[in-house]
Amino acid sequence: MTLKPARMFSEVITHLFKKPATSQYPFEKAKVTPRFRGRIDFDSGKCIGCQMCVRVCPSKAIEIPLSEEQFASPPAAEGQPPAPARKQFDCIMKLGSCVYCWQCAETCPKHALITTQDFELAQINPAKLVRRYK
Amino acid sequence: MHTDSMLTSVVYLIVFPGLLFLTVYGLFLQWVDRKLCAVMQNRMGPPWYQPTADLIKLLAKETIIPDACDTLMFKTLPYFAIAAVTSALMLIPLWRTESLFMSFQGNMVVVVYLLTIPTVTFFLAGWSSTSPYSTVGSMRVLTQLFAYEVPLMLSLIGPAILAGSWNLSEISAFFSGQPALIAAQFIGFLVAIISLQGKLERMPFDIPHAKNEIVGGQFTEYSGRLLAYFNLAVDMELVVGAALLSAVFLGGAWGLHGVQGLILFLIKTLAVTFLLALLKVLMARIRIEQMVNFCWKILVPMAMAQILFDIFLKSKLG
Amino acid sequence: MSKITIPLGPQHPALKEPENFMLVLEGEQIENATINLGYNHRGMEKAAEERTFIQNMYLLERVCGICSHSHTTCYVTNVEEAAKAEVPERARAIRTLVGELERVHSHLLWIGVAGYEMGFETLFMYTWRDREQVLDCLELLSGNRVHYSINTIGGVRRDITPEQKNEVLKRINFLEERTKYYIKVATEEPTVRARTADVGKLPYDIAIERGAVGPTARASGVKRDVRKDDPYLIYDKLDFSLITHDTCDVFGRLVVRALELMESYKLIKQVLNYLPEGPITVKVPSRIAPAEALNRYEAPRGEDIHYLKTNGTDKPERLKVRAPTLANLQSVTYMLEGGWLADVPLVIAAIDPCMSCTDRAMVYDRKAGKTQVYDWEDLRKLGIEAYKRRGVDFTKL
Repeated sequence: MTLKPARMFSEVITHLFKKPATSQYPFEKAKVTPRFRGRIDFDSGKCIGCQMCVRVCPSKAIEIPLSEEQFASPPAAEGQPPAPARKQFDCIMKLGSCVYCWQCAETCPKHALITTQDFELAQINPAKLVRRYK
Repeated sequence: MHTDSMLTSVVYLIVFPGLLFLTVYGLFLQWVDRKLCAVMQNRMGPPWYQPTADLIKLLAKETIIPDACDTLMFKTLPYFAIAAVTSALMLIPLWRTESLFMSFQGNMVVVVYLLTIPTVTFFLAGWSSTSPYSTVGSMRVLTQLFAYEVPLMLSLIGPAILAGSWNLSEISAFFSGQPALIAAQFIGFLVAIISLQGKLERMPFDIPHAKNEIVGGQFTEYSGRLLAYFNLAVDMELVVGAALLSAVFLGGAWGLHGVQGLILFLIKTLAVTFLLALLKVLMARIRIEQMVNFCWKILVPMAMAQILFDIFLKSKLG
Repeated sequence: MSKITIPLGPQHPALKEPENFMLVLEGEQIENATINLGYNHRGMEKAAEERTFIQNMYLLERVCGICSHSHTTCYVTNVEEAAKAEVPERARAIRTLVGELERVHSHLLWIGVAGYEMGFETLFMYTWRDREQVLDCLELLSGNRVHYSINTIGGVRRDITPEQKNEVLKRINFLEERTKYYIKVATEEPTVRARTADVGKLPYDIAIERGAVGPTARASGVKRDVRKDDPYLIYDKLDFSLITHDTCDVFGRLVVRALELMESYKLIKQVLNYLPEGPITVKVPSRIAPAEALNRYEAPRGEDIHYLKTNGTDKPERLKVRAPTLANLQSVTYMLEGGWLADVPLVIAAIDPCMSCTDRAMVYDRKAGKTQVYDWEDLRKLGIEAYKRRGVDFTKL
């Protein structure tokens, strides 16, 4: 094979007149594709508290506790036992543990976990990484 | 009269073109070099104040001196490096045809030897810090010194023979008188640029402090202020090396004086820096034994050919 | 000149991963080299026994950041084999596609790393800039740049739309042009040749004897590629050639990887044009009857082997991973001895080491002669205590 000293010369010189390839991230917005897996949001109205997401999560990042405020039982109809109220659930999402695999969202039978493209989730205060969605 | 010339000398030494100018311009050339490399590699590169910020940061940092090292040597060597580089600059004609001090026959040789002193301090610095990385690094410094020093000296001899003088001022005056001969020195200039790259220990000849192999090389144990001075000495060496090449090969100040001469000087040193930056981005770092082979088997014959050509030319010109 | 012993790692600018090489130097030449492993043991195999099959997929993806798809595909194939599930053809094609894209990104990364280790920063910057294209492709298809998470037990999680197909083809064509240029640079630039030719020699018989795999073996002329020897996914339907080189040195490894890139582009185009219609997943029960499975996968670095034993629950009984770097490390000591100190980073980098893959395979045995089984929590506790003794407290986090 032939050897050519300074083989990259022309390439290097043309780059003198090109813009840098660097993206200035914090100053200009980073682009993410629509399929990008970001933060998981929670819709309390849809959750039935089946705990499927808690069981499937590979990093134990989700907890689905009962909400402190619950709906009052609807008034019992004549001659029937009182129907129990629909239970209200919260979602505690530990963003520091989450690996953003979206397995929970795909497992959820009621689509109560909403997928988003948020990725700017860095925090200095670790306590803020634990979010409680109501 | 006497006090007046004393004052001028002090200003020359401390302010311009001495320590202060050399520091500022050295940092500026470091930035130009880094920025050019970055642009050629399609990167952003540092902002203009980065070298200054680095220097200030290092000056403010704690200096750690290893227990095992020779403390006196370890502490004083950076100052020797800076002093040698500054004195070398004093002998080179910058913005006018005459040198600032001591325009005498043979000052070219003195400049080359003064420029060797920083390299020797690098070796001693690595050797006196006694860590394995710096020991290997300092051995490489010395090996490399024997490789590039000879072609550098030989390449400078060609113009000296042609001009019939060992005085830098006379050499540059000769070439500004006969610009056509500058083109005839092409091979010598090429050899000088490559050897200068080796002297400045820049890629592809940054073998003594190749970070992938021996971390920081001879400077591994250096930190804080002392490291800052060594870095500064390297930057200053870049200025002095560029100034030397511009005086020997590019005809110096072309008979200009004052501000015009200074602008010409800046343009020439920037051009040399560009060539050095180009060499830096174009090649992979070679091994120390390849470096020695390359210098002795390729650069030295090239420089010798240039000298023979110059002798021939001289006899033709009469 | 007395002999100097130089430690390379666990912290060293040339080695980004915690591993230690002790080099005995005679001047600039290496007389002896020893490898010390185990700085990065994470207890993953043990941790896998405590997790369900689905959770393990995400755990094993994190065995290695570069070949994340290799490890999950190998694992998922094992699970499917144990569960006797038939994966749809479209899912297999998508897995192949992501696998080849991963090979492209890994090999481009390697070329950059090799450039950096030989002090050629321009090559490093250019290849890594162009590697962004393939990472963008992966993000487009799977949603993530590094841990693609495209596999699921019984298929893949995301389908490919025609627009995505066109976008990927566009970027692959661009990369093909660039790769041709890099091949020219790598083979014609004298300094690159000076640094790589006759460096880290591994003759054919030594490569066989020490069990080298992947591009390291292929550069020594060993025709060994799982994609050809034991075709998995849809590789038996695709047309590609097995690249070998006979120089047995770092230059050969560079050429093999560069030419494999071209083969990968060919494969990606073939898969995109083949892509059969159909479903992308089948249902696999969460509990799997007792079975054993062993699978091989040609990761970018070489042959990756996973062994899985199930016991009727939704968690594996035993999982064993043999990463390609472990197979190649035996050859590294041979390649280093007698060489130059300046070549050490390059020779080590030439096998494309992934130490975190390798160290996961370590056996944690603190007291010899006393068998003690640690589970995940115990290992975690031990780790926290070990750091506490050094003055770092992790319990507060």
